[in-house]
Amino acid sequence: MLPKLLRALPLLAALTFGGPLLAQIEADVGGGEAPTSNFVSPGLESRTPSAEPISPDDVQLFQPYEDQLVGRVSIPNDSLGVLVQPDGRAWRAFRIQWGFWITTGAILVTVAALAALYLLAGRIRIEHGRSGRWVPRFSGFERLVHWTTATSFVVLALTGLVFVFGRYLLIPILGHARFTPLAELSKDLHNWSSLAFVLGILAMLVLWVRDNIPERADIVWLRQMGGMFSKPGTPHPETGRFNAGQKGIFWIVVLGGLVVALSGYVLMTPLALTGIMGMQIAHAIHLLVAVLMIAVIIAHIYLGSLGMEGAFDAMGRGEVDENWAKEHHSGWYEAQVRGRGGRKPRGRSAAPAE
Amino acid sequence: MARMTFLCDSERCIECNACVTACKNEHEVPWGINRRRVITLQDGLPGERSISMACMHCTDAPCAAVCPVDCFYPTADGVVLHSKDLCIGCGYCFYACPFGAPQYPQATNFGGRGKMDKCTYCSGGPEVDNGVDEYIKYGTNRLAEGKLPLCAEMCSTRALMAGDQEVLADIYKERVVRRGYGSGAWGWSVAYAMEQRDTFTPGVGFEES
Repeated sequence: MLPKLLRALPLLAALTFGGPLLAQIEADVGGGEAPTSNFVSPGLESRTPSAEPISPDDVQLFQPYEDQLVGRVSIPNDSLGVLVQPDGRAWRAFRIQWGFWITTGAILVTVAALAALYLLAGRIRIEHGRSGRWVPRFSGFERLVHWTTATSFVVLALTGLVFVFGRYLLIPILGHARFTPLAELSKDLHNWSSLAFVLGILAMLVLWVRDNIPERADIVWLRQMGGMFSKPGTPHPETGRFNAGQKGIFWIVVLGGLVVALSGYVLMTPLALTGIMGMQIAHAIHLLVAVLMIAVIIAHIYLGSLGMEGAFDAMGRGEVDENWAKEHHSGWYEAQVRGRGGRKPRGRSAAPAE
Repeated sequence: MARMTFLCDSERCIECNACVTACKNEHEVPWGINRRRVITLQDGLPGERSISMACMHCTDAPCAAVCPVDCFYPTADGVVLHSKDLCIGCGYCFYACPFGAPQYPQATNFGGRGKMDKCTYCSGGPEVDNGVDEYIKYGTNRLAEGKLPLCAEMCSTRALMAGDQEVLADIYKERVVRRGYGSGAWGWSVAYAMEQRDTFTPGVGFEES
């Protein structure tokens, strides 16, 4: 166990410091003696072949990579010139140890924390009850963008988790012969739904970026934990259209989503954009950021449905109860009433309560 | 029980590529896939070495460890084989393999991968030995006929050898002693002696086989 964990350190270090650990690699290449440095007789420099081309007529034959031992092959496929690629061992440890346990831990901790929150604090109610008057919050297009992104994210997350856990959880249940079609389907769904996801986060960025710029009020909100543990009756910290927590989700989804998408496309086009070490790092980034997003989105789904009364209406019917708006987004509610910020309230709020 | 291995003596390899050609011809390996290749280090420089490299059939195979569909299996002879019926072409074995052995046919216009192909140590796959299915997917099964891999049988300088680990270690040791120097058995420490991969000493670390 411990040696395997230690083997993952070079990859983590490479992620942290951005450079390969030469000492580790030199040790790992093993087997043969290192290629000797070529001795050049004095006066014969121009006639001695060297690794670097010294004239335009030269062709570079031996390409010294830092992370690999690369030579020349006569086969017309340069990527086969890699003789030994020791970083595979670090990636292996990441895949079957670190990545597995980080994913498991992040999901279990998130679910446990939310379960504890629900059991201890219960559902967050609208303190003054429903008013029966509705304030428009999200337009039809905004909801279309949200649910496109949400659907594709759930598909991406589930099909991605098939690759992390399938071998350990599903193969014992389904058997190899039935798991392979599922894995193949997951791979295709994962690749194709990424397109909808990328379109969704780009549209979100355009639609909501101006409401998600961090401001001073966010610090107050965060300090009071969004009023979640305040005594009943005390007003929630004032927020604009989105509170600090929602802004956090926005930036994690948009920026994290772009990182996950880009690293995913590096993996989908093998060796087109990076070498093999670049793909190993891309895979690690892909998994770590995706796990962060899965944990955040689990919390988002909980708070948007079971965890908070009246919250689902915002993305469900596009309108929120007036009392919910006053309690959770007072700044935004005031602006809506005054017609500030270019978003006038649509006057469909006349339904009498009783 | 024999533990089948490859050993390439880089002092002898003359980069004739006969092993590469023999492999491609024997198994009708498709265009674009090379189960074996010869790599020349320090080409044209003092200390030039050529090494024939393919799947080394590792003891603790990284490809088998990382495969999400668990399609690899070791045979009784220590050969690492895989099932193309189970493989989904995800590329994980390619990231993990220290020797760049896994190869993929291009399956999509974006460079997406088809089912992985690699050296089988001339011993086919999970199908019936030397049946049509096995030949189409993996090539011939020489081991089932009592023959060693063709690349090694073909080698004119006896640089590339295939066979039981202890036998190969003895031959190589004798060569090193006779000529007074050696450049190590490429890849052996990585493939067969995981705990002593930084040094190569013939005869050490083979007890488990």
